[in-house]
Amino acid sequence: MSVHILDTAIQSSQELRSTYAETLGELIAENKKIVALEADLMGAIKTKSVQDAYPNNFVNCGIMEANMVGVASGLSVRGFTPFMHTFGPFATRRCFDQLFLSIGYSKLTLKVIGSDAGVSAAHNGGTHMPFEDLGLARLIPNSTVLEMSDHIMFKDILKQVSSLPGLHYIRMVRKAMDQLYREDSTFEIGKGIVLRDGSDCTIIATGIMLIEAIKARELLASEGISAAVIDMFTIKPIDQKLLIEYAKKTKLLVTAENHNIIGGLGSSVLEALALEQVRVARVGVLDRFGQVGTQDFLQEEYNLTALDIVKAVKENL
Amino acid sequence: MSTFSNEIRLETLKMLKTRGFGHLGGSMSIVDTLAVLYRDIMKIDPSNPSWSERDYLVLSKGHAGPALYATLALKGYFDLSLLQTLNNNGTSLPSHCDRLLTPGIDMTTGSLGQGISSAVGIAKALKIENKPNRVFTIIGDGELDEGQCYEALMFSYHHKLDNLIVFVDENKLQLDGYTVDILDQKNITEKIASFGFHTVKVDGHNEEKIKEAIINAMNTKHVPSCIVLDTVKAKGVKAFEGDIGNHHIRFSKQQEIIIDEVIKQLEEALK
Repeated sequence: MSVHILDTAIQSSQELRSTYAETLGELIAENKKIVALEADLMGAIKTKSVQDAYPNNFVNCGIMEANMVGVASGLSVRGFTPFMHTFGPFATRRCFDQLFLSIGYSKLTLKVIGSDAGVSAAHNGGTHMPFEDLGLARLIPNSTVLEMSDHIMFKDILKQVSSLPGLHYIRMVRKAMDQLYREDSTFEIGKGIVLRDGSDCTIIATGIMLIEAIKARELLASEGISAAVIDMFTIKPIDQKLLIEYAKKTKLLVTAENHNIIGGLGSSVLEALALEQVRVARVGVLDRFGQVGTQDFLQEEYNLTALDIVKAVKENL
Repeated sequence: MSTFSNEIRLETLKMLKTRGFGHLGGSMSIVDTLAVLYRDIMKIDPSNPSWSERDYLVLSKGHAGPALYATLALKGYFDLSLLQTLNNNGTSLPSHCDRLLTPGIDMTTGSLGQGISSAVGIAKALKIENKPNRVFTIIGDGELDEGQCYEALMFSYHHKLDNLIVFVDENKLQLDGYTVDILDQKNITEKIASFGFHTVKVDGHNEEKIKEAIINAMNTKHVPSCIVLDTVKAKGVKAFEGDIGNHHIRFSKQQEIIIDEVIKQLEEALK
């Protein structure tokens, strides 16, 4: 693993869905035991090019998530590595028992790509806006649960999981994200990354909240508060060692997640630190359902901005 | 009743009797189909359960595990004595089928509607691999309440999975009573045929008819097949046949006597 952190995040135009399609195509070109599954959202994730290039390794199941997971389990029985994409809520809560039993309990392999993380579902609204997918995925024994920080990480993680057994849930934003890492970075699943160091408090964030955390750090610095920012892209298994290190090194931990504060990153951090003398504040969705709106509006509505992180730090430090 | 089906019934009853409870009804109704599949049809190697050239059986109605365990033991996948450990603490024979615990169990099942999808996935995988192996799956008529079954049926037809044969064990009962009273399925055979399947209905206790239906299904190209088995739940234990409480029975002293009597009759018949 060698992570190269960019000193300044770059506004990238690379959409993560394009990264998915490109990488999937590359992986199938090398390994014909990979099969991509869709449930009529090929258009949303731009995988038609993969279907055209590799029709034998691509199955658009139709709108049937439960059966899609079952088909994946059968493919895995025969030694295939299925990748399955749909929107986060349909990739988890819609087919939870299937993921739990036909994949998890059966010790089979499936890589689930859940798109439109939290408020990034924007105008698809509350029915399509997952604030619970990480929590659900985390409850399946032996699952690995990840949230992508940028397209560089996404590409590397897709490559890595293609040769790993078991159930991986990979939460992603479909569109472009700020680029945090240099192109040649590789990542270690289960290891958090200290994006920026600091000595007073630590902001532990995932996904779109990373850039908010970096902005919050700058705002806090102007007020003389030194904040570290950790990219905790592996929510399960969480990097307990790093958490304990920063629980000792700084006076306050603040988690920041585009998810219900119940069940996701905040919960995972609290669980990992249950026996430590540490104060943890959580920024995230406060047990609410989603709604339609622009992402900016929704981030304000659900308290998912840099200012919300600053507030949590100042109130609790 | 053939020798093999009598043996399966005998071993199933013995193991349920030892445990004192279990899914007797739905186990007994599929015995004759299991006998035909494992004796006459399936390409298997009991000494090598994970043989990649084998045919697959996914018992989607996973609660009928005891009948399949008896069949597998009789075929030599594991020792017959293991059957007496059904549902013991730490057993490798749980009430519902588990691919990780029992040699010869091809898929974990128990949450109804899921096994058929897994079977369909295996069949699709074999098509991608261009392999001749076949996939058999057994679902219950009550299980057809689960919408996932219909997703799997549609998928099978669209993908022309002619390597797949779906059996519906139409024993007309589910846990809470007659299927017609709980959720009327209307004509299952016609319904599944309407999904594009080659579909036939046979007497699910007539091995010759079952075998003929399977061979015809195997010779049917380009579409998946479905064999609806007209069965009697708890078939072989007269006192329980058709009884609405026979899905899962915790045996009373009286019922133990009944089962002992059937065991004796089967042992006599097999002498």
